Amino acid sequence: MDVQTWTYLLVGITFAIYIGIAIWARASTTGEFYIAGKGVPALANGMATAADWMSAASFLGMAGLISFAGYDGSVYLMGWTGGYVLLALLLAPYLRKFGHFTVPDFVGDRYYSKTARLVALICAIFISFTYVCGQMRGVGIVFSRFLDVDIFWGVVIGMAIVFFYAVLGGMKGITYTQVAQYCVLIFAFTVPAIFISLMLTGNPIPQLGFGGQVVGESGTFLLDKLDGLSQELGFAAYTEGVKPKIDIFCITMALMVGTAGLPHVIIRFYTVKKVSAARVSAFWALLFIAILYTTAPAVAVFARTNLLESIPNKEYSEAPAWLKSWESAGLIGWMDKNGDGVIQYAKGAAFSGKPVYKGDETGANGERLLTNAPSDGVNELYVDRDIMVLANPEIAQLPNWVVALVAAGGLAAALSTAAGLLLVISTSVAHDLVRKTFKPNMTDKHELLWARCSAAVAVVIAGWFGIHPPDYVAAVVAFAFGLAASSFFPVIILGIFSKRMNREGAITGMVVGILFTASYIIYFKFINPELNVKDNWLFGISPEGIGTIGMILNFIIAFTISAFTKAPPQEVVDMVENIRMPEREGEEMEVAEH
Amino acid sequence: MAESSNENSSPDASAYWKANLKWVGILLTIWFIVSFGCGILFVDQLNEIRMGGFKLGFWFAQQGSIYVFVVLIAVYVKVMNGLDKKYGGSKK
Repeated sequence: MDVQTWTYLLVGITFAIYIGIAIWARASTTGEFYIAGKGVPALANGMATAADWMSAASFLGMAGLISFAGYDGSVYLMGWTGGYVLLALLLAPYLRKFGHFTVPDFVGDRYYSKTARLVALICAIFISFTYVCGQMRGVGIVFSRFLDVDIFWGVVIGMAIVFFYAVLGGMKGITYTQVAQYCVLIFAFTVPAIFISLMLTGNPIPQLGFGGQVVGESGTFLLDKLDGLSQELGFAAYTEGVKPKIDIFCITMALMVGTAGLPHVIIRFYTVKKVSAARVSAFWALLFIAILYTTAPAVAVFARTNLLESIPNKEYSEAPAWLKSWESAGLIGWMDKNGDGVIQYAKGAAFSGKPVYKGDETGANGERLLTNAPSDGVNELYVDRDIMVLANPEIAQLPNWVVALVAAGGLAAALSTAAGLLLVISTSVAHDLVRKTFKPNMTDKHELLWARCSAAVAVVIAGWFGIHPPDYVAAVVAFAFGLAASSFFPVIILGIFSKRMNREGAITGMVVGILFTASYIIYFKFINPELNVKDNWLFGISPEGIGTIGMILNFIIAFTISAFTKAPPQEVVDMVENIRMPEREGEEMEVAEH
Repeated sequence: MAESSNENSSPDASAYWKANLKWVGILLTIWFIVSFGCGILFVDQLNEIRMGGFKLGFWFAQQGSIYVFVVLIAVYVKVMNGLDKKYGGSKK
């Protein structure tokens, strides 16, 4: 069977499973819709959290990024896993003990203020929207490359599926679907990695394989070989980065803290029965995430080695077939600057921007002609980073069903994250905005209707952005992490660990943190992108890492202001004490139906 | 960060909280050392040491720190379950 038939088959089967689960687990109360009636076992919750967290970016994008960045790519690996340590030790158990539905709930109650709730609410909705748009785009790419469907229809199909199980099933439906999606995506990620590890190093475990020796070249370690190949072509050694240390430090910190402050991750810890289960879920979640995150750097090394061995200094006419199929998909571009028919690959961009083709016109060697302005460097090749995971099985000439499996896995990753985010958006609107702010007397049934309608509206908006993506998706994602790091994280931490922290301190801290971080990012990414180089940065910290400074500012300001203003009222102090106390037997199943 | 106004909490609860903070402190110190220490600040020095095909600093940044993170949460879960039993059980 060919790749396309396999893909239709695997995607069809997995979609049927997701829909079946949604019907079986549909929600009937707001408690079930928002937090699955707090009845999710820790193991299942851990798997669902892992699927929720690992988006199209983790599945498709991350290994590709690391493949091109080498050691510098470590920021994503440490940042997106280390955040779970903070989450498990500093946030999850306490928020679960607090026992309401959402982060704005906690912020509003702890800081006895509607303003604080509203600020938190706006942040939660903004962060979730930036994410969900990226997911829909991922769905579109997979559909158009592997199923020969137009990106528009790909996004529409994805929207319909997410709509069906998120709107019908709420958190309960989403959680059990995500368990299935985790299994699909982890299988799809590791199987090709194992195959390729065996081929390159003879070791079936990719995590060990990429530190092993190359098959057929006894005594040469794979990483040494890759360092050598990279340096020959003028790149930095793969295992040594080029970014300044302070920037690596700050980006890693911002990603870690941002992870711990993301609303769609935090909300998962409300769905378990008791506090101890929240801790265990965090453990399972990180374990399941670690399986993918320790495989990804191995995949990155394999892909980079294969690329550097098979492409540079080859004649275009003899280049492997995958190069041409991705070129026709518009994600690889080759410009024969010196007219020798040979692909030169070196440091620096081959031409400005993403490839823009001259329609279907082809050049002397059969390559698609480009209209981009060539750069001064010798490099002639553009490779889109997002294709490395999808192309890897083809590059390694694995069987067709493996290629199809990767496509199904990419869809699972994108859909599971999109569904989780849509839930945060609908909860924020129906519960925090409509009920708590405008219509406190609304019945449970009405609130559920509001939640379903806002999920529906959110799906359509996200789909629109998926079809017409803004050019700056990556920049906007950096924005989301920076915001979460400089706003939510300090406010929640201080709310739990300091009894003296008051409304005035928390709100000013949050506002200053966000304003500082947002203006730095907007200045360098949107107003003056040409100034976005090391020399102009504050202390040499890039916009991706600036959330760290925003967070420190937030802490300092919050402490200073709260020291000079009135202490919080007694009932808030009592509430904090209660959050910190061990849970007693019997108090574990208060499902709040308020 | 803990404040002193513990008047209305029982001695048990404050002992529980202190023990909790101690463990969080220990575990976060290790968290910082393996990631920011071994993976970033001292990566060049550690890269002089080799473990099979891996330079040690590179290994910590792309593999080792993640393994340690998982272990840290496992330890925390175990410790806290013990503390819950010790302090929570006696209150019943």
